[in-house]
Amino acid sequence: MLDQHAIRQLSEVSVSVEIETPEMTLNIGPQHPSTHGVLRLVAKVDGERITDVDPKLGYMHRGYEKLSEVRTYPQIMALVNRIDWTSGYANEVPFVVAAERLLGVEPPERAKWIRLILTEMARVSAHLLFMGSFPLELGATTPLMFSLRDRERVLDVMESLTGGRFHPNFNRIGGVKPAAGAGKEMKKQVQDLPAGFLAETRDAMVKVRSTCDELEQLIMGNEIFLARTKGIGILPPDVAVSYGVTGPNLRASGVPFDLRTMTDYLPYDQVDFEVPIGEQGDSFDRWWVRLQEIRQATRIVDQAVDKIPAGPLLAKVPKIIKVPKGETYVRAENPKGIMGYYLVSEGGQGPYRLKIRSASFSNLSMLPWILEGVLIPDLLAVMGSLDFVLGDVDR
Amino acid sequence: MEGLLENFWVLLVLKLAVVALLVPVAGLIIGYGELKISAHMQARVGPYFAGGRFGWAQLIADGIKFFQKEDIIPENADRPVFRWAPTLVMLSSVSLFVVIPFGPGDPFVVRDLELGIFYALAVSSIGTLGILMAGWSSSNKYSLIGGLRAAGQLIAYELPMVLSVVGVVVLAGTMSLSGIVEAQIAFGMPYIVPQVVAFVIFMICALAEMNRIPFDMPIAESELTTGFLTEYTGFRFLFFFLAEFANMFVFAAIATTLFLGGYAPAGSEVFGIAVPALAGPVFMVAKMALLVFVMIWVRWTWPRLREDQLQTFAWKWLVPISVANIVVTAAVKVVF
Repeated sequence: MLDQHAIRQLSEVSVSVEIETPEMTLNIGPQHPSTHGVLRLVAKVDGERITDVDPKLGYMHRGYEKLSEVRTYPQIMALVNRIDWTSGYANEVPFVVAAERLLGVEPPERAKWIRLILTEMARVSAHLLFMGSFPLELGATTPLMFSLRDRERVLDVMESLTGGRFHPNFNRIGGVKPAAGAGKEMKKQVQDLPAGFLAETRDAMVKVRSTCDELEQLIMGNEIFLARTKGIGILPPDVAVSYGVTGPNLRASGVPFDLRTMTDYLPYDQVDFEVPIGEQGDSFDRWWVRLQEIRQATRIVDQAVDKIPAGPLLAKVPKIIKVPKGETYVRAENPKGIMGYYLVSEGGQGPYRLKIRSASFSNLSMLPWILEGVLIPDLLAVMGSLDFVLGDVDR
Repeated sequence: MEGLLENFWVLLVLKLAVVALLVPVAGLIIGYGELKISAHMQARVGPYFAGGRFGWAQLIADGIKFFQKEDIIPENADRPVFRWAPTLVMLSSVSLFVVIPFGPGDPFVVRDLELGIFYALAVSSIGTLGILMAGWSSSNKYSLIGGLRAAGQLIAYELPMVLSVVGVVVLAGTMSLSGIVEAQIAFGMPYIVPQVVAFVIFMICALAEMNRIPFDMPIAESELTTGFLTEYTGFRFLFFFLAEFANMFVFAAIATTLFLGGYAPAGSEVFGIAVPALAGPVFMVAKMALLVFVMIWVRWTWPRLREDQLQTFAWKWLVPISVANIVVTAAVKVVF
């Protein structure tokens, strides 16, 4: 309902020496074209300037942590896909690694490399979506079409392997899913990548690189885009760290923190890549860092396609998986930031407790800090550049 | 027949009918053009099925759809203002057609006013008043912000627009739009050549006046849902929708008349060959189509500016440049 009182106040502003302008409460969301889902921001605005923002979360809470407690490990794999739906595959990896560690199973090398290829392709597709959605929030519709067109190539390749564009559900505890189509007898022998998959992947990466050049030309040379993003929403490194901001948002602030270079959940130590970092930590840097990350991800995929060893896809695991008692925490560098699973097992077929640390939730936590004092148009330039997904926030 | 056409009232009714039809028809054609051109710019196909081929009937189908929609007026809305706002917006674009010469002489212009360009600029701002009304009466905060942005934009952009036209008026020595076209024919070249600065400023201001990207802050669908349009449904929304395209048509017509020689070379001689006056509308529309294409091109290429950046741009750049343009034009006119 509308605050009639506020409008009346505005219309009856007393014209004295100092014009009083009462603050207006502007309710942005939960149904709003640019909140990437159902985020609700209760903003106090003074004219166009936002004086205070109060984010209301939880409109998309689906209770995945609780649901996990009554499901088996293979079933949970389908759930965690849907947390950050822009990079469904990348969500599975830390969970399956956590379960494997508790179980004491080591997946075959080939499976690890396939996981690495798919994770990086999920990163490419998630960042390409951002490349389109961020300019869209600034009013430019064309980059969206270009980036979605080429993201589809990446998704097609993923679909040819996993059977799903967004939610592959491709991991199994102890490896990845054997190739579909073969009969029961064949299944054990013919479990490998579909023919031509690696060549297609390489082609798709070439295409993605040319898309990056195209988007760079379309956007970097655009005065209006630069004017709208440079110096807007500056996030200093110390603030970013104190709010637990991770991923490209943190790296845009100049902190070279990337889990891929530090942990061994996937064989990232055997590929060569750079961690792009921004200078200022403004909206433009966040956009730029993601563009460079797409390029680095294609580099990683190219190397992985060269280096992928032959071998089985699935380790020997029992038919019914019972994870021994224990607890572990595995985190991974996902497109949106660090995603971690704290897994507690009491020895059953499913976890006793699963705590999900999602990147967007922490990235969103500094919204009141970063949005204070910005203009309404800049609200979008800042929020869009943070690249959060509400499914990842509310879980 | 001849006698009938010479009757003042018959001719007036005919002209009015043409103008009244022209607005929706031009709106439909430009709207369709925008759908198709934007689609091809974005690696899409665009409308495809409606009407059988090329989706030519897409906007007609859209229009019919709008009439089927429920006409919702918010409970707390200021009803009369809310109702009149779309009419006012439409009114301003229709009234503009009155003075635009589509060819030399009487049957091609409804009323060739002595102060034609003055009238055109004055009437064109009425549309913004309608937008402000829409924003104010909707009893919606997004609408309110959108409407006020439109008002701020009007103040920022009306001045450079008027100033950019002054250069042309100085060159032509008349404010009548037909007179300006005739002056360009006598001058031997369209005024875009000596007045290219004014032309660019005029087109920028026209985009701002029409609330099109990069100046569509009053609508700004990613910030304000759709700004002043938020609460409008059905045929009232259609009015705004059509008025936007009609405005493109009108501003293209004014820019063509002022800078591109209007209906010329119709009604004059080119290399000794007389071009018939009847060809006037053809030349006029062809030139206008070019400008409309540029507007669509800009719309689908650029992001949106920020309101304060727009104000800075208007007051710190456009106003001084257009004033300098007037001074130079006047000086050259006096010297030569």
